[in-house]
Amino acid sequence: MAQPLVKKDDDRDEEVDYSPFMGIEKGAVLQEARVFNDPQLDARKCSQVITKLLYLLNQGETFTKFEATDVFFAVTKLFQSKDIGLRRMVYLMIKEISPSADEVIIVTSSLMKDMNSRTDMYRANAIRVLCRIIDGTLLTQIERYLKQAIVDKNPVVASAALVSGIHLLQTTPEIVKRWSNEVQEAVQSRAALVQFHALALLHQIRQNDRLAISKLVTSLTKGTVRSPLAQCLLIRYTSQVIRESGVNSQTVDRPFYDYLEGCLRHKAEMVIFEAAKAITELSNVTTRELTPAITVLQLFLSSSKPVLRFAAVRTLNKVAMTHPMPVTSCNIDMESLISDQNRSIATLAITTLLKTGNESSVDRLMKQITNFMSDIADEFKIVVVEAIRSLCLKFPLKYRSLMNFLSNILREEGGFDYKKAIVDSIVILIRDIPDAKESGLLHLCEFIEDCEFTYLSTQILHFLGNEGPKTSDPSKYIRYIYNRVILENATVRASAVSTLAKFGAMVDTLKPRVFILLRRCLFDNDDEVRDRATLYLNTLGDGSVTETHKDVKDFLFGSFDIPLTNLEITLKNYLQNPAEKPFDITSVPREVKSQPLAEKKATGKKPTGLGAPPPPPTSAADAYERILTAIPEFASFGKLFKSSAPVELTEAETEYAVNVVKHIFDSHVVFQYNCTNTIAEQLLENVTVVVDASEAEEFSEVGTKPIKSLPYDTPAQTFVAYEKPEGIPAIGKFSNTLRFTVKEVDTSTGEAEDDGVEDEYQLEDFEVVAADYILKVGVSNFKNAWESMDAESERVDEYGLGARESLTEAVNAVINLLGMQPCEGTEVVTSNSRSHTCLLSGVYIGNVKVLVRLSFGIDGSKDVAMKLAVRSDDVNVSDVIHEIVASG
Amino acid sequence: MATFLSQEACPTIKNILLLDSEGKRVAVKYYSDDWPTNSAKLAFEKSVFTKTQKTNARNEAEITMLESNIIVYKFVQDLHFFVTGGDDENELILATVLQGFFDAVTLLLRNNVEQREALENLDLILLCLDEIIDGG
Repeated sequence: MAQPLVKKDDDRDEEVDYSPFMGIEKGAVLQEARVFNDPQLDARKCSQVITKLLYLLNQGETFTKFEATDVFFAVTKLFQSKDIGLRRMVYLMIKEISPSADEVIIVTSSLMKDMNSRTDMYRANAIRVLCRIIDGTLLTQIERYLKQAIVDKNPVVASAALVSGIHLLQTTPEIVKRWSNEVQEAVQSRAALVQFHALALLHQIRQNDRLAISKLVTSLTKGTVRSPLAQCLLIRYTSQVIRESGVNSQTVDRPFYDYLEGCLRHKAEMVIFEAAKAITELSNVTTRELTPAITVLQLFLSSSKPVLRFAAVRTLNKVAMTHPMPVTSCNIDMESLISDQNRSIATLAITTLLKTGNESSVDRLMKQITNFMSDIADEFKIVVVEAIRSLCLKFPLKYRSLMNFLSNILREEGGFDYKKAIVDSIVILIRDIPDAKESGLLHLCEFIEDCEFTYLSTQILHFLGNEGPKTSDPSKYIRYIYNRVILENATVRASAVSTLAKFGAMVDTLKPRVFILLRRCLFDNDDEVRDRATLYLNTLGDGSVTETHKDVKDFLFGSFDIPLTNLEITLKNYLQNPAEKPFDITSVPREVKSQPLAEKKATGKKPTGLGAPPPPPTSAADAYERILTAIPEFASFGKLFKSSAPVELTEAETEYAVNVVKHIFDSHVVFQYNCTNTIAEQLLENVTVVVDASEAEEFSEVGTKPIKSLPYDTPAQTFVAYEKPEGIPAIGKFSNTLRFTVKEVDTSTGEAEDDGVEDEYQLEDFEVVAADYILKVGVSNFKNAWESMDAESERVDEYGLGARESLTEAVNAVINLLGMQPCEGTEVVTSNSRSHTCLLSGVYIGNVKVLVRLSFGIDGSKDVAMKLAVRSDDVNVSDVIHEIVASG
Repeated sequence: MATFLSQEACPTIKNILLLDSEGKRVAVKYYSDDWPTNSAKLAFEKSVFTKTQKTNARNEAEITMLESNIIVYKFVQDLHFFVTGGDDENELILATVLQGFFDAVTLLLRNNVEQREALENLDLILLCLDEIIDGG
């Protein structure tokens, strides 16, 4: 008989290892919950049941509404028990179930009783539960108790109330804001945790009031802050204040910066790190300010705790992106981190080293990285590849070793994104470092021999087609390309055929050989390949060594400048209404709709949040160039010299918002009017701007381009072109009138009426001034540039500028008049100074470099005298500059 | 407004996890909406577990990054503690939270920190979690 007993013991022993919750089931537990209704409450049993319920919830089981209500009611009965542990479990349960509003009332009275009971543990937890489950109306009832709790002596209670306040701020801010007096008191409390919570709550309450925040910060930085967590918060608020006081004025930076630096020596590592991070994130931070922070981070690098090392390396990585110089002192410590256990730390260390390395260390780094690459995951590898790319661009002489490295890792295993990143890097290197072209192209050829990604192969082949013919010996690559035609799949074969043809077209000596190869392609299986081969064979001539006709080249390989979407739409229309005459590709509108440009602006990071008319894209001159060259009438004007900033021609909130951008070409000027219709009930058609150039004699109108249709809230551009005498900075005043046909629109359907009314709208005038003809181009070393210019072209003259408000105002006025770029920060005039020297540089129309040295002096009666010295590549230009100033 | 808040906000925790030696839940609490469904949560727990399985976080807290979140973790016997925060959070604060939770559990389980004990005293652990972090 003894044996079976022993066996049972064994079983039980084994079972004990299993979870006490094994085999637990929701239904069974809910049944057990009935025990709550017992008049005699067994605390321990009830606790267990609640634990099981909570476990179920934790594992992700959900209760239906019915079940939840049942459990909730059962749980409320447990309030009768006096057992502390049970009560706390009850609180937990209530929070988990989150009852709806009507059920809440049942427990509010018991909870409120608890809030005022003598047991502090009850009070604290009751407060937290209550605040989680109630809404605004009930809150007013218990507000009194909460206010008392905030200033309670017991820190647990106070913290509970404060934390609840922080949460309630999200839903009912007005009520919580009334507590600010009590919270203020709590900030001075001795208990660390209370101070932390009070500070957080106070900050949230006063968030929108900048002045209050800065007052708060000032008072606390002088006083004592006991809790390290509160210190961290304070550091964050301080940096916020610094950031908001915005301008790079030296004086404001100082007091808070000293506080931050003091925090670097705090006892708690948390605070030190937070302070270092905050300093590195200050905008416009100087090297001197960074140094103490970086020293501290360097100490962290060699700590034994991985968390510290990780935090330090990550922050240094961020700093290295903007200020690589100060980080170089940590290089030695970081090199030891490359072999760290934690792979994230190692990768961060490597990327930082790559950013801060100098030429000599590059070789050493490369050796270490090769061992390292096999260990890390793909996403890390991509990070490393990109860092190597930027490193190579920084040190172009090292391209050989870096290129070898890249091609080595290209051969190894890797995912698509990883290989794509490497290929992109190699392509960029080839483009930017001409010496690397030959070896780079060879590496790419070797890669496509066994590349498994079709997309990459086609990309590389296309790239080869562009770059290969320009190298010294293109025939090398033909072998690789032709192998693709034989060996690969259809897409790659087609792409290889195109590439071969490009070689043939560009390099005449190879043409006969290319033709033989192309003829073989005519027997391919795939349609596309055969089509392409036929096309090229027929158009490229007869296979003899003659110059391929230029038109043919353009036809085959020129870029396709008609936007594809427009082509698609026009083709669809054509197919729907078959007409007699064949499809005419010139009928495809060349203007891309202005929507995509507006979207580009909208997806920019900074929220513009401006009023009704969205400003036209202020992206670089490239965008303007593209727009202008897309318009055939203006394409003949040559290269765009300068586009001015948009000048508003209407006031804000008017019906039609118009601003103008002046584009300056060598002998033409084009005015681009960006118009927006802000009236939903109107549709404007045939919008033109009639320009009265009576006050600008040197200009003669050459052409206009109207807007066909301008619906509500879609900006569009119309252009007016003028011819002007070449080279001379003609100036003039232009008055403008917007002329259009307006049609009423039914806003509900969006349909416009058929006939419209002609109407005009007067716009403001604008001028073309001399400053429009000068591009702002800065030079880094003004003195050198000045010396290198021909002294013969120097013209010096003195001017009296009359009475001015201040020296700053005079300086700014002259800078605006000339439209040139101030160099080396000389546009900032120190206040209360009597004299100032300003250095300007720019490029005049006709690509003439101009440098200007201005000396200002202001005397007691606020009269400003100015001495102007000009040097430029062309003597006439110097004279012109003087004329501008004289007349301005 | 959102960016304004997030930089100066009180340090917040996204979740805190206590997993067993097979990666299954013992006690978890989520304080953010990054993982809306239960399956998303389980998937996250699984990925965290597999990523940290091979490392050794017995003596000192270790740290790693996953999907732009920072995770600080520690292992004891057969239990794994994880604390997750956003990627601009102060890592040291996260580490302090982890240490606090870990010490509290050690005290509660009377220095016998292992899976069985934890499950038997699950109620205590849940209470402890609740008191350490209130809603993040």
